[in-house]
Amino acid sequence: MSFNFSFYFALFTVVGLIAVVLIGVGAHLQFLFGVVIPYLAVLIFFVGLLYRVVKWARSPVPFRIPTTCGQQKSLPWIKYNKLESPFTNFWAAVRVALEVLCFRSLFRNTKVVLTKGGPKLSYFSDKWLWLGAIVFHYSFLVVLLRHLRFFTQPVPSFVQLLEKVDGFFEIGVPGLFVSGVVLFVAVTYLLLRRITIPQLRYISLPADYFPLFTIMAIAFTGILMRYFFKVDIVAVKKLTLSLVTFHPEVPEGIGGLFYVHIFLVSVLFAYFPFSKLMHMAGVFLSPTRNLPNNSRAARHINPWNPVVKVHTYEEYEDEFREKMKAAGIPVEKE
Amino acid sequence: MYDGGKILTGLILGVVLLTFPFWYNLGRAAKMPEPELTAKAKQAKYCVEPKSYMKAYHMDLLNKWRDEVVRGGSRIYVGFKAKEYDMSLQNTCLKCHENKKKFCDECHNFADVKPYCWECHLEPKEAKGEK
Ligand code: HEC
Ligand code: HEC
Ligand code: HEC
Ligand code: HEM
Repeated sequence: MSFNFSFYFALFTVVGLIAVVLIGVGAHLQFLFGVVIPYLAVLIFFVGLLYRVVKWARSPVPFRIPTTCGQQKSLPWIKYNKLESPFTNFWAAVRVALEVLCFRSLFRNTKVVLTKGGPKLSYFSDKWLWLGAIVFHYSFLVVLLRHLRFFTQPVPSFVQLLEKVDGFFEIGVPGLFVSGVVLFVAVTYLLLRRITIPQLRYISLPADYFPLFTIMAIAFTGILMRYFFKVDIVAVKKLTLSLVTFHPEVPEGIGGLFYVHIFLVSVLFAYFPFSKLMHMAGVFLSPTRNLPNNSRAARHINPWNPVVKVHTYEEYEDEFREKMKAAGIPVEKE
Repeated sequence: MYDGGKILTGLILGVVLLTFPFWYNLGRAAKMPEPELTAKAKQAKYCVEPKSYMKAYHMDLLNKWRDEVVRGGSRIYVGFKAKEYDMSLQNTCLKCHENKKKFCDECHNFADVKPYCWECHLEPKEAKGEK
């Protein structure tokens, strides 16, 4: 697919979705966009998530295929690397946890450069993707956790603590939350990276641009809503609380911007199980990461192997002993 | 399923975490905020600006007032129905809404916002000592 198709297809899909919700709110479909669609989206999210994980769990992983970058456990006097070549389930779990929390394998990202004046290939460390990704994911997490203030009553203390830390600078009224702005900047960086690096641009599909545009639009409408075109937050919280307590009601007078925000969030949630966003669950099920590297110590049998009928030499001898003796062939057991 | 035990444990853990808002609120009837108007406010009948605007934008208005007073040096604001107000947090807003606890805080506790204004500005007497 060409760049133009991928990029504009995703862009106009998001623009189209925004148009749909604006028209819908104009036509008083608040209940549809505020209640029905969010419920559907959450349902699709959970059913889809479970379905895909269970499907993954049903495929056998017959061989040990962990990727390692350290000495594996072998002879007792050779020092081995517990973390980079985990031998036990425990260390494999530690490695997965660090992968999830620190993106360690992304930290090893390199870029290939053909140096001028001769066909010389060089590799350089390239940490920008790691930095962009980790900033993006953590700011997303903080924003999401802070949003719990709309979904809980009383608001748990860890959310309040997060708000305090996030609003540390006390800029403006209402106070600036750093994480929201950082999220927007990080997702913009990830998009620009895709557009400007030729190789990356070449392999990018609508499915790569669509989540980026959607998240960008969610963050953007959120920021607009908090700092510029305000909505009645008390009414918003009445709505969100009514959703999580299963007594849905739509209060009057919430601005259209809120419906754009929540509709795009619903789209993102519903889209989640069908897309690469499933890496949220997939990272835990990556055989190259979650298997201990112990194939020298334990035998791993491919579960789909047909049962092979074996006939050992001992059995063979038992069967033919008399005939062998008669023919003068030496036997092991008399 | 292969490694079913581990994967199922992970799945259940994940789903329990992700559904936090659904089970956290179980059995807790959330009290909806009901900001009370003082007799004085009732007498005035309307706020500085129309009610729908005040609901969403009162912090913005306060911010504007602050800038006008501290930076611009003017203190008169012409509001709803061309009524003039002294731009002051303590002497205007909280003269009408003297019941800060039953008015401002009622909503703010619900929405989990804690304006830090009161580190410097004085709260009305009723709110003092009860914190
Ligand atoms: C109808 C409910 C309601 C009432 C009544 C109310 N507020 Fe608020 N106020 C809010 C909400 C909701 C927010 C948070 C908006 C947000 O998070 O974007 C807020 C935010 C604020 C903020 C900004 C806080 C920050 O730092 O983020 C200030 C200042 C403020 N209110 C002052 C007042 C004062 C003073 C009064 C009483 C005279 C008052 N409010 C009455 C609902 C209310
Ligand atoms: C002259 C008295 C008066 C002053 C001064 C005043 N208010 Fe009000 N305020 C009222 C009245 C009366 C209402 C109810 C309006 C209505 O029901 O239409 C109200 C409503 C409100 C509401 C909406 C409450 C709700 O139930 O949703 C907020 C928020 C608010 N005021 C904040 C403020 C702030 C902030 C200031 C200072 C900038 C202020 N008020 C100054 C009289 C006043
Ligand atoms: C660090 C202390 C401090 C904090 C915190 C503070 N203010 Fe002020 N504020 C002042 C001072 C000092 C003045 C100037 C008083 C004057 O000139 O009359 C002022 C003036 C104002 C004025 C105009 C004059 C008046 O009488 O009210 C408004 C409105 C105002 N502040 C709103 C706010 C709001 C809203 C907040 C919370 C978001 C806030 N302030 C937080 C110190 C503070
Ligand atoms: C993918 C999930 C979401 C993302 C990335 C997101 C992002 C944001 C951002 C960046 C803001 C700006 C203010 C801030 O920094 O807090 C914001 C505000 C807001 N969001 Fe979201 N949001 C998400 C989900 C939701 C959901 C599910 C709801 C409610 C149904 C919601 C409702 C709101 C509201 C009401 C505001 C205005 C906040 C305020 O004025 O304090 N968001 N959002």
